[in-house]
Amino acid sequence: AAEAKRLGIGREALPEEVAAWDLDVSPDGTGLPEGSGSVMDGEMLFVDNCAICHGDFAEGVDNWPKLAGGDDTLADKDPVKTVGSYWPYLSTAWDYVHRSMPFGAAQTMSVDDTYAIVAYILYSNYLVDEDFVLTNENFLEVEMPNADGFIVDDRAETEYPRFSEEACMENCKDSVEITMRAAVLDVTPEEEGKAEP
Amino acid sequence: MTADNEKKGASRRAFLKGAVAAGGAVAGAGMARAAGPDPLITEVQEWASGLGEGVDATPYGMPIRFEGDVIRRNVEWLTADTISSINFTPIHALDGTITPQGCAFERHHSGAIELKKDDYRLMINGLVDKPLVFTYEDLERFPRENHVYFCECAANTGMEWAGAQLNGAQFTHGMIHNMEYSGVSLRTLLTEAGLEAAGDLSDKWVYVEGADASSNGRSIPMDKALDDVLIAFKANGEALRKEHGYPVRLVVPGWEGNMWIKWLRRIEVTNQAVESREETSKYTDTLADGTSRKWTWVMDAKSVVTSPSPQSPIKHGPGPLVITGLAWSGHGAITRVDVSTDGGKNWQQARLAAEGQSKALSRFYLEIEWDGKEMLLQSRAHDETGYVQPTKNALRDVRGENSIYHNNCIQTWWVKENGEAENVEVS
Repeated sequence: AAEAKRLGIGREALPEEVAAWDLDVSPDGTGLPEGSGSVMDGEMLFVDNCAICHGDFAEGVDNWPKLAGGDDTLADKDPVKTVGSYWPYLSTAWDYVHRSMPFGAAQTMSVDDTYAIVAYILYSNYLVDEDFVLTNENFLEVEMPNADGFIVDDRAETEYPRFSEEACMENCKDSVEITMRAAVLDVTPEEEGKAEP
Repeated sequence: MTADNEKKGASRRAFLKGAVAAGGAVAGAGMARAAGPDPLITEVQEWASGLGEGVDATPYGMPIRFEGDVIRRNVEWLTADTISSINFTPIHALDGTITPQGCAFERHHSGAIELKKDDYRLMINGLVDKPLVFTYEDLERFPRENHVYFCECAANTGMEWAGAQLNGAQFTHGMIHNMEYSGVSLRTLLTEAGLEAAGDLSDKWVYVEGADASSNGRSIPMDKALDDVLIAFKANGEALRKEHGYPVRLVVPGWEGNMWIKWLRRIEVTNQAVESREETSKYTDTLADGTSRKWTWVMDAKSVVTSPSPQSPIKHGPGPLVITGLAWSGHGAITRVDVSTDGGKNWQQARLAAEGQSKALSRFYLEIEWDGKEMLLQSRAHDETGYVQPTKNALRDVRGENSIYHNNCIQTWWVKENGEAENVEVS
């Protein structure tokens, strides 16, 4: 095909450039750099860099995300989804903290800082002891409680056949009652920026 | 309903304002018959005598000031701050299908960054024959494509899972925009880097990330990457807006908006899904039993009546009424939209303004003679796969109330005798 033709646009990426940008870490540990960090070091780093939003114990402040707690709440009316209760892989915590946190000052945590902070988040979720040291060597040994809590999109089996039946057009139900009203809740923002008369 | 318990919400005020604009007259079918000669016609108006603005007054224009309420809106309580947050397209006030970029919704995780073309770099690495770096100018030298697609946030209508919450189509359905994109297919760029090294492509992935602090990294299976994904640099004819990813974003037709990576900086061919934060902690859909779906990429068929609606009440009284709205499907083209005025007891087929385009918004109209009585307005989309948009109860039967994302349920507006409308749920 014509599109299989290379046009010779762009130039080869240098190893230093790839290393600077390719930071992602996968569930099997691919991408994880050498390093280590303890719960103790992590606690200090967390208090200095993270606790203002996430709380001293990773329990969350105001509307900011809770990183710990919520065990066994996923089937509740209001599930509490945290690293401990919900996240399937520790790799994601490491990867996300390293690249995108702290909020507003991302990419300021060193590799060892990140190991330490992740160790502290594990400790806050009662998943490791206070003398735990997380390293690239023991990383995959940490068991995440909700590792088996995910299924691949199954709508093709559970929904599409059910929602692909011929639609009713007339006398589809006997009665219709209003069961809920947004105006009763009244949480819609007031109109601002109105049109000029 | 008495005056005492009427809400002083957006729709009420918009309604009153409309009544004032109509000279305070009670809206009714006789409105068109004036009591006497209309001074707007019989008297020479200033604009018919004096001069308007010169052509040098506005090098790049904004909408006329009378349209000042057709703007994006934020709902403060939805998120912890406005940086990692969402705003809403004023779909209640728009017509046709193309969303004006200036009021097309935004969703950022670390704010809208400013990245100039000179500073822009795009890297392709991983399982490719030759890792490459492109400048912005490089991208403009590849063969180009144009397509219209909708971008719908996975969380659109997400606040409505447990009940009727926000009072207006803008808020319940406005995490969406629809633009004509110009750019290069991802397939073209992957071919340039070479996929021989990747071997069997059927189990390969691409991981895509942005240049912003959040990075918003997501994993896309190779068959989608080689199908219709675009590297876009123009939208609706001009450069992307800053807040929509200037100078380059990913366009992932039919799939949830989170995957439309903005400020795209890197594409990595991988052996496996990275299972990044945005596809584990977020954009996974928890079911009633506590397990969660992952990789729910496609946005299913959906529609909404945009007018009448809570922010777009009926001001003209009984008589001819245009019911209009939008329909779309991530699985392909919209083939049909049904509209009900009695809460789903009876349906009639609406008119599509144009033949449905794959993975793009469709506009529908139903012209009726309104008798001035209450209505429970609904719309129901059908797509080319035969899928019919479900009710909220039908979705909740399968998923429960905690899946947050992918709420494509049928919306009901309760249109009252005075023409105001309210977001409700019905049995």
